[in-house]
Amino acid sequence: MLVYILRRLLNVVIMLVVVSMVTFGIFFMVPKITGSDPALLYAGRTTDKVAIEGIRKKMGLDKPITTQYGLFLKGVVAGRDYDAGPDTTHCPAPCFGYSFKNEQPVWQDLKDKVPVTLSLASGASILWLLGGVATGVISALRRRTLLDRATMITALAGVSLPIYFTGLVSSAIFVYSLGWLDTINYPDGGLASDPGGWLNAMILPWITLAFLFAATYARLTRATMLEILGEDYIRTARAKGLTESVVIRKHALRSTLTPIITVFGLDLGALLGGAVLTETTFSLPGLGKAAVDAISTGDLPVIMGVTMIAAFFVVMANLVVDLLYAVVDPRVRLT
Amino acid sequence: MTDNSTPQEATSASLQKKPSVPVQSTGPVGVPEQERDRPEAFLAVRDLKVHFPTDDGIVKSVDGLSFNLERGKTLGIVGESGSGKSVTSLAVMGLHRTGQARSRPDISGEIWLDGEELLGSSADHVRKLRGRKMSMIFQDPLSAMHPYYSVGAQIVEAYRQHHDVDKKTARKRAIDMLDRVGIPEPGKRVDAYPHEFSGGMRQRAMIAMSLVNNPELLIADEPTTALDVTVQAQILDLIRDLQKEFGSAVIMITHDLGVVAEMADDLLVMYGGRCVERGTAEEVFYEPRHPYTWGLLTSMPRIDKEETERLVPVKGSPPSLINIPSGCAFNPRCPYADIPKGGITRTTRPELQQVSGNHFSACHMSQEERTRIWTEEIAPKL
Repeated sequence: MLVYILRRLLNVVIMLVVVSMVTFGIFFMVPKITGSDPALLYAGRTTDKVAIEGIRKKMGLDKPITTQYGLFLKGVVAGRDYDAGPDTTHCPAPCFGYSFKNEQPVWQDLKDKVPVTLSLASGASILWLLGGVATGVISALRRRTLLDRATMITALAGVSLPIYFTGLVSSAIFVYSLGWLDTINYPDGGLASDPGGWLNAMILPWITLAFLFAATYARLTRATMLEILGEDYIRTARAKGLTESVVIRKHALRSTLTPIITVFGLDLGALLGGAVLTETTFSLPGLGKAAVDAISTGDLPVIMGVTMIAAFFVVMANLVVDLLYAVVDPRVRLT
Repeated sequence: MTDNSTPQEATSASLQKKPSVPVQSTGPVGVPEQERDRPEAFLAVRDLKVHFPTDDGIVKSVDGLSFNLERGKTLGIVGESGSGKSVTSLAVMGLHRTGQARSRPDISGEIWLDGEELLGSSADHVRKLRGRKMSMIFQDPLSAMHPYYSVGAQIVEAYRQHHDVDKKTARKRAIDMLDRVGIPEPGKRVDAYPHEFSGGMRQRAMIAMSLVNNPELLIADEPTTALDVTVQAQILDLIRDLQKEFGSAVIMITHDLGVVAEMADDLLVMYGGRCVERGTAEEVFYEPRHPYTWGLLTSMPRIDKEETERLVPVKGSPPSLINIPSGCAFNPRCPYADIPKGGITRTTRPELQQVSGNHFSACHMSQEERTRIWTEEIAPKL
C-alpha cells in the first residue's frame, strides 16, 4: 500500500514537471512566433530602450532558456527574487511571474479566484454524484418501465442542453420571475464574509452544473449497474439467500462505483481548473473567468498560472481516484 | 406428468424411503388439496417447464422435466451446453424469480423440497430457504465470488444471513469451514481475497461458503469444469466426503460423464430441455437405451482404448431451444432416426418409457431394436 502511494506521488510530481515544461515552452515560444517582446509587454506604451533593457534584465529574459526555466520552476516551488540591483522585487511562492496588465504577481490575482471555483466544483459535484448515481440505480432497477424511460429522456436533455441555456433560463425563472433568489453577486470575501450571499450566488450554478453532469452519471450508472447485475457473483449473493436490497446495496453498488470514480476524478479535476461556461454565465469570479479574460487580453503569465493550477488540480484529482480505487477494489493494492 | 408410464417416484433412490418426512400440515383437521400429491421424496420435481419469452419466440429451456432425489443420494444431470441443466438448477433454487421482473421466465410444474412446494411459495420464503436448506456451488469460482470482498467476509455473510450470531462467532465458523474443506492456514486465508487464491482453493472456499449452513440439498453446477484435472478429483472427493458428513442430497450437474461416473447414484440425461434417459448410474452407463446417451459414451475419451480408435462425436450441434425439432428433438442428429416406421421420429415426441425397474428412456425405437444396437454395435466399440 505504501509503495503504491509513493509510486502514485512520484507520478504526480513527474506529471507536474512535464506540464510546467510545456507551459513554459509555450510562454517562451509564443512571443518569438508573434514577434512580440515580453519585456515590451511589461513596459507598457510609453517607454524607451533603456527601460526595456532594464526590465529584460530584471525579469531574467536575457538568460538562456534552460536558466529561465530553472528560475521559473524555482519561483513556483520556493518563490523568486527579480534582481535588478537596488530595485529587487520578491515574488513569493507559488510565483508564476507578473501579469502584463496590472504588474501584480499572478498568484496575487488568482488566489482569490481559486475558492470561487473550488466552491462551485465541490458543491456541484456532491449534487451530481448523489443525484446521478441514485437516479441511475433506480433506473437500472426499474428497467424499461415508465420511470426509467422518463429519467433517461431527462438525462438525455441534461446532456444535450448547454449550461449557458439552462443557466440563463434558471436565473430568469428563479431570480427575475419568481424572485426566490437575489441577483447573483458573488460576495468579495466569499463564504467567510457573507454566507448568505455566497449561498445565494452558488445555488443556481451548482444546480445547473450538477444537472449537466448528473445526466451523464445517471446514464453511466444505469449501464454499469445493469452489467453488474448480470455478473455471476450477484447470482451467488442471491443464492446465499440475501435480500434483494442487500444484494443491490452491498454487492452490486460497490462494483458499480469503480467506473464512476474514474469519470468523477477526471470531471472534478477538469472543473477545478475552471468551469469556464458556468463562471461566465453566472459572472462568478473564478479561475475559468480569469483564464478567459487573460486569453482575450493576451496576458501570458496569467494564462500560465491558470494552466499550472488547473494541471495541479487534475493531477491531484487523479491521485485521489487512484487511492480510492485501492480502497474500493482490493485487486489494485498490489500493483 | 405427461403420461402414465412415468410414475412420480421414478428413480431408485426414492425406493429407500425415509420414514420421517416432516409433514407440515396446513390445517389441523382437513387435509389440504395438495396433501394428496405430496411426494415422499426429499426433492421431487414434476413436469418442470422453464420458458423464456424473447423477441424471437419462446425459448423452452426446460420443457417437462421430472425427477426425485433422496437425502444422502447424488443425482447426476448430464447433457450438452444448452440442454437445460443449469436452468433446472436455478429453478430449484428459485433464482429465476429474483432480479428484474421483466427478464424472468415463465415457470410451471412443481418443485417439492422436504414436503414443501416451492413454485407456489412466496419468493421471500424461498429466499429464506436459499443458502440454508438448499445451496449451490457454481462453475467458475473466480467470477462467482465477489472480487471486492474477502473470502471470509463472503462466508460470514452467508452464515449470518441465516444465523443470528455476532461477527466473531461467524468468523470462527468461517475459519472452521475453510479448515474443513482443506484450505491450509485457514486463520490467515480467511482474510484473503478471491484473486489471491488458486483455482482449486477458490472452489474449496466456494464449497465452504455453500456448506456453511449445513444445507440439506446441495446443487453443484459443473463444479470442476474451470479446474485443472488434478484438482478436479480432489474437489469431487471433497464434495463426496462432505456429503457423507452432512448427509445432504446432491445434484451434480455436468457435461462430463467421468465426473458423474464417480459421484452419482442416479443419472438423468437431458437433451433439448427434456429428459431422454434416466436410471441408476449403472443402468445408464452399462445398459443405456437412448441413442444420445450412446453418443455421449462413445465421445468420451478412455485411457484403456487403442490409440488408433478415434472418438466418435455426436454429429451436429445442440438444437435451438426456440425451434426445437418436431418429433424427437434428437432426430436430426440421430443415426437411427429412420428405423422407426412412418417417419414417427419427425412427427411425434417420444415419451419416457420404462426399460426396467427405474430405468426410463424416451425413444421411438422398440426395446428389442435398441438392445440389439447397443449390444451389437455400440458396446463393442467402447
